[in-house]
Amino acid sequence: MDLLRFATAGSVDDGKSTLIGRLLYDSKSIFTDQLEAVERASVSMGAEYTELALLTDGLRAEREQGITIDVAYRYFATAKRKFIIADTPGHIQYTRNMVTGASTADLAIVLVDARKGILEQSRRHAFLVSLLRVPHLVLAINKMDLVGWSEERFEEIRDEFIEFAAKLDIPDLTVIPVSALTGDNVVSMSDNMPWYTGTPLLNHLENVYVGSDRNLVDGRFPVQYVVRPHSNQFHDYRGYAGKIASGVMKVGDEVIVLPSGMPSRISGIDYGGKAVEEAFAPMSVTVRLEDDIDISRGDMICRPNNQPEVSQDIDAMVAWMSDEPLRPGQKFAIKHTTRRTRAFVKDIYYELDVNTLHRNEGASALQLNMIGRVKLRTTSPLLADPYSRNRETGGFVLIDERSNATVGAGMVVRA
Amino acid sequence: MIDTDRRQTKRHLTQLQVLEAEAIYIIREVVAEVENPAMMFSGGKDSIVMLHLAAKAFAPSAIPFPVLHIDTGHNFPEVLEFRDLCVSKYRVNLVVGSVQDAIDRNVVFEDRSGSRNRIQTPVLLETAAKHGFNALMGGARRDEEKARAKERVFSFRDEFGQWDPKSQRPELWSIYNAQVHVGESIRVFPLSNWTELDIWEYIAAEGIGVPPIYYAHQREVFERNGMWFAANNFCQPTANEPTEVKSVRYRTVGDATLTAAVLSEADTVEKVIEEVSVTRITERGATRGDDKFSEAAMEDRKKEGYF
Ligand SMILES: Nc1nc2c(ncn2[C@@H]2O[C@H](COP(=O)(O)OP(=O)(O)O)[C@@H](O)[C@H]2O)c(=O)[nH]1
Repeated sequence: MDLLRFATAGSVDDGKSTLIGRLLYDSKSIFTDQLEAVERASVSMGAEYTELALLTDGLRAEREQGITIDVAYRYFATAKRKFIIADTPGHIQYTRNMVTGASTADLAIVLVDARKGILEQSRRHAFLVSLLRVPHLVLAINKMDLVGWSEERFEEIRDEFIEFAAKLDIPDLTVIPVSALTGDNVVSMSDNMPWYTGTPLLNHLENVYVGSDRNLVDGRFPVQYVVRPHSNQFHDYRGYAGKIASGVMKVGDEVIVLPSGMPSRISGIDYGGKAVEEAFAPMSVTVRLEDDIDISRGDMICRPNNQPEVSQDIDAMVAWMSDEPLRPGQKFAIKHTTRRTRAFVKDIYYELDVNTLHRNEGASALQLNMIGRVKLRTTSPLLADPYSRNRETGGFVLIDERSNATVGAGMVVRA
Repeated sequence: MIDTDRRQTKRHLTQLQVLEAEAIYIIREVVAEVENPAMMFSGGKDSIVMLHLAAKAFAPSAIPFPVLHIDTGHNFPEVLEFRDLCVSKYRVNLVVGSVQDAIDRNVVFEDRSGSRNRIQTPVLLETAAKHGFNALMGGARRDEEKARAKERVFSFRDEFGQWDPKSQRPELWSIYNAQVHVGESIRVFPLSNWTELDIWEYIAAEGIGVPPIYYAHQREVFERNGMWFAANNFCQPTANEPTEVKSVRYRTVGDATLTAAVLSEADTVEKVIEEVSVTRITERGATRGDDKFSEAAMEDRKKEGYF
């Protein structure tokens, strides 16, 4: 069985909670004690039917304030796949939450209400999906029951969205008309929409091919930890532990260690204590080299003919996540792969209006939930690829050095 | 279908392999970034899986941190025995924080119900402080409960060990922020994305041993609030709670006064997997008296510093 991680986004009341509740319910991933709790709550609310939306109801702290604070992770499995849903709230803190949820997603579902069509927020969600390089996008046009299951209305919304999406970088788009409330086209084909020739949502989630989304071309191994057993049996053992960010590593491969530039050759790969001949992303392994060279956490092992940039000057798109704005002149800790250093904000090129994609070149600061292109200078070099080529070696976070809070998410444009 | 064929190609990882790689990465990240971490270890199935992953993460080195057990004194003897077996097998250092001892010292006071779940928290905080642990790894999973569904993998706790759901650090890609000031700490959950079924499938795939009470066996039990409790020192039936011998197993192992068994014939790992994949009741709903008290029970306890 394999794993698909997907994120869901939609504006308030588009039916996101109902849709997730429906997926969990119809795939029999809801337990009776959870369902009973929801039935009790529905009755006490005076609802006429079981509000499936309550299945994904959050913390009491959220209910008291009537808001959803944070990304919630949910799990279900069918016979074909295991799914991890990053359920991101649409209203408050939308950028911060959506960026977080989308960062690990293979697929994103953007929900719209068929009565309202494409809203400013739908565009924003689609933009964030493309910015974070989520490889597959599903536009779920919900509440089709409320527009008389109209094919015309479906086509109208679909075409408007496709026109907008053409400006973005979205490699795979699928549009599905659904009713989360009645379940049409969620798990099984809808009898109400015989004109729809595609597959139901769950079927799409089960079958969308994600194997080629992984980067198995660029060998990148950020060293996480040096394994040196202080035992007689493994007296001379020295291994470099880490998770392969991308590419394939084989015993006998010629490699180069960055940033030092020292060449060597892979003499062994250990996977959970057993020697293997090859390993690939995203496996966690321990790599041994033929030569005794000085390597520490934050270094990167890659191939001589395929290297990342080694640079202290980083141009990046930054999503800002702190109440205190980002300004030129500030310093932050930066964490990129397993490397931690400091970064100085040299310039803000522009702030991006995520609704219109307009570039505001005069911006002197990035406010909370804003995205902008920023120039950074780091105190030691990053070993980075453009985010568009490699999500693992192109993403970084900025950390406030006083509070230790994570305040920004960066995507390398050029290093 | 073509898709299915293509998926069979080489260099494919199953969901268990992906989860394993992620958990090992998280455990290594803790050791690389934090000075004095420890791993919670009770002898329960999740903590056994976590310790197994730790051993894989650092092989052929020994596990480079101690394990910590907060001992409520209300133990299933089979589990305690298994705990000690694992400790010697993996050659780790075991630190025990004793709730009984804290009661004797008047540091905490026992609930009238006899439950020691709530008073574990101060003992955990005290023991962690005494040993200077500034990161604690726990085997909690997000599928267990809704407060956990929203908790980060690296969960920041203030100097009182408290969780603030409203000011969590954003967590992107596989970049984790473990930075804390003196007195503050981090709780880390390497099994965040695992489900109960993943745990069992992994136990089967890796041939990991777990305490025998996880498999069906004959036990003297009685029914209370729709759940089956073992009749023992910690949990006495009342006059109108007749006991009977039934085939049961435990899905979770917690405080022995509160943890119920489920009726089951699953006496092998394969049968347990089959049972778990069709069960319609959550692990906690089926077996934990403590989480039923209020909708927000877990959320409240986490805010106080509970795992
Ligand atoms: N008629 C109809 N109502 C729906 C549909 N999906 C959701 N709703 C209703 O719309 C309201 C908002 O849905 P909810 O799932 O809470 O929206 P969220 O804010 O996006 O999570 C609820 O009253 C739902 O019952 C649908 O497909 N058709």
